[in-house]
Amino acid sequence: MARAISRRRFSLALAGAAASTVAPAYVRAQANRLKVGILLPRSGVQGFIGQSCQKGADLAPAVLKSMYGVDIELMNADTETSVDTARTRAERLIQEGAQVLVGPFDSGAASAIAQVAEQHSVPFVINIAAAPQITEQGYRFVFRNFPTAPELVRNGLTLIGDLFRVTGVVPRTAVYMHVNDTFGQANTKAIEAILPKLDFLPFKIVDTISYDPAAKDLTVEVGKAKATGADFLLLVSRLADAIILRREMVKQRWEPMGIISPGSPGMYENQFYQALGKYSEYCISNVPWYVPAAPLTKTVEAAFKKQNPKDELMFHALNVGYTFEALMIVADAYKRAGSGDAKTLTEAIRTTEIGSRMMLGGPIKFDAKGQVQGNASAGIQNLNLKPTVVLPEASAQTKPVFPTPGSRKA
Amino acid sequence: MDALTVVDLTLAGVLTGLLYGLMALGLSVIFGVVRVVNFAHGEMMTIAMYATVVLFTWLGLDPFVALLPVAAAFFGLGYLLQRGLINPFITRPEHSQFMLLVALAIILVNALLMIFGPDARHVQLDYLLEPIEVGPLLLDRGKVAAAGVAAVTAAALFAFFRFTLTGKAIRACADNHLGAQVIGLDVRRLYALTFGLGSACVAVAGCMMIVLVDVTPTLGPGYTLLAFVIVIVGGLGSMPGALLGGVLIGVSEALAGLFIAPSAKSMFSFALLILVLLLRPQGLLGKSA
Repeated sequence: MARAISRRRFSLALAGAAASTVAPAYVRAQANRLKVGILLPRSGVQGFIGQSCQKGADLAPAVLKSMYGVDIELMNADTETSVDTARTRAERLIQEGAQVLVGPFDSGAASAIAQVAEQHSVPFVINIAAAPQITEQGYRFVFRNFPTAPELVRNGLTLIGDLFRVTGVVPRTAVYMHVNDTFGQANTKAIEAILPKLDFLPFKIVDTISYDPAAKDLTVEVGKAKATGADFLLLVSRLADAIILRREMVKQRWEPMGIISPGSPGMYENQFYQALGKYSEYCISNVPWYVPAAPLTKTVEAAFKKQNPKDELMFHALNVGYTFEALMIVADAYKRAGSGDAKTLTEAIRTTEIGSRMMLGGPIKFDAKGQVQGNASAGIQNLNLKPTVVLPEASAQTKPVFPTPGSRKA
Repeated sequence: MDALTVVDLTLAGVLTGLLYGLMALGLSVIFGVVRVVNFAHGEMMTIAMYATVVLFTWLGLDPFVALLPVAAAFFGLGYLLQRGLINPFITRPEHSQFMLLVALAIILVNALLMIFGPDARHVQLDYLLEPIEVGPLLLDRGKVAAAGVAAVTAAALFAFFRFTLTGKAIRACADNHLGAQVIGLDVRRLYALTFGLGSACVAVAGCMMIVLVDVTPTLGPGYTLLAFVIVIVGGLGSMPGALLGGVLIGVSEALAGLFIAPSAKSMFSFALLILVLLLRPQGLLGKSA
């Protein structure tokens, strides 16, 4: 016969259940680990870049433990290259106990996550995202160690001027193609605002062609660009579309003087070389880059090699470098704050000053808007299937090749 | 814009449209006979694309060769799918059929994600990077070959339905289900055969599509939608209509991209759809109810 449960027994059972629910959180808090929510597009159109960034996150806890003596626990979330998913994943990470958010390699996703971070008063350190408006909203918990689109474009265009000066070749016309997303539009606005003011760049943009970031076929876009007869292609792309576009250029035998990106991803990524082989050669990307000889780079490179024995850091330099630096900012602040409390940690991040870094540029120091100023770019050209620094001259590994051998007027 | 570019890109639109048409043909054939709308159509094509990638990667099989075993396998799979899963739903309300096939589509997408992961995969054939020169025109070799395969497959399907006894029996089922039963046709077997044929069509389209675009597990829903747009424009159940719809969509996308805005080119497919629904609801070559 079943025994009836007394009120006392029921209360005891309830208390026990409540204690078992609370206990893990208490144990977690006692473990003195900072829980960092990592938001990256590990699948979808930007999947390859997200996975590349993830390599930088994965190696960080061990390296940062040795540097700062703090424990960091990564809570990984895939944004699936979707702004909506980024928002919901950020919400969930915070509900699951993330004390700080890092990510997400995408301006659209960064804008969405920034809103979530503000609502929950959780600090958010952006690894890569360039849309300027993210740090123009008066947010208190959002920080970015990556150039804004205007800064990125200004650096990139300046390097294009250097390219013309070093090679002595000055094209007269360009066709501008860009991916039609938040990042692409931010870059376009910056180019439209900055290019006319740069008198050392005498070329004229004869047409601007935008395309869907998830495009599967760029026949029409490339055909239209080719028809302009422009001397070179100025390109703001992502990775998947950059591969499709380059392949289409080969098919349509469009061989302009060069393909130059004033500051976008795609053409220096590992997957670009793997997918295109010899057709990846001579493309130029003027992007924030790492300093191979920096002591911190050596440390990160050793950790990278340990985790990815068959891979090389140079193919992931930007993604790994900025993701690692975002986590370094968090670890540094956590050490100084001595607490994972959101407000204390946020204030510690705000007062960050890190001089020794692996990426090009000045010290990591946030301005009143939460933006690091002074991240620099380098001219990277694909030579012998490797990203090679060709500009600025002072740190170039070799001279740039421009115009591309075999190029001809369309 | 010079005339050469316009002609070049219009031809590219026609070639892509023929492949779209083959994809939609499978959907149209299945609906025309079985009266079931296959909401897992794009997902089935995605599986065919992955099958081609696997055969290329593991066995070095060229997609133009791989299409034969892949189509044969899909014929068998389609046949079994209809006999085992869809047949019990034939007489059920349309919303039950809809839920069944949407569920199937979701399962297929997730199965692909589990097996292949989220990364894009491609079959790179260097010989397809070299265009075909026709006077001053440069034609994409991959698109020409894929369109050729699409045209041959469609012609074979038309011939099958017109000249073979089984094809005629299937058409009889489509025209008069009850009459077909009365004269002793095995309607269930013929339905399964039709589903097999539609699946084989979409398999061939998938084998060719991988030559032109990268495949990811989430590609399917977009192609299902595109196939619907095409068959509605051409006329649901009309085989020539599917091909015509495909070509119209391909050309409209190319011209809209060329003259208006490339990033908004798919918008024009839907504009065409609305126009057809308003002016000729049964589709361009469809029969009015």
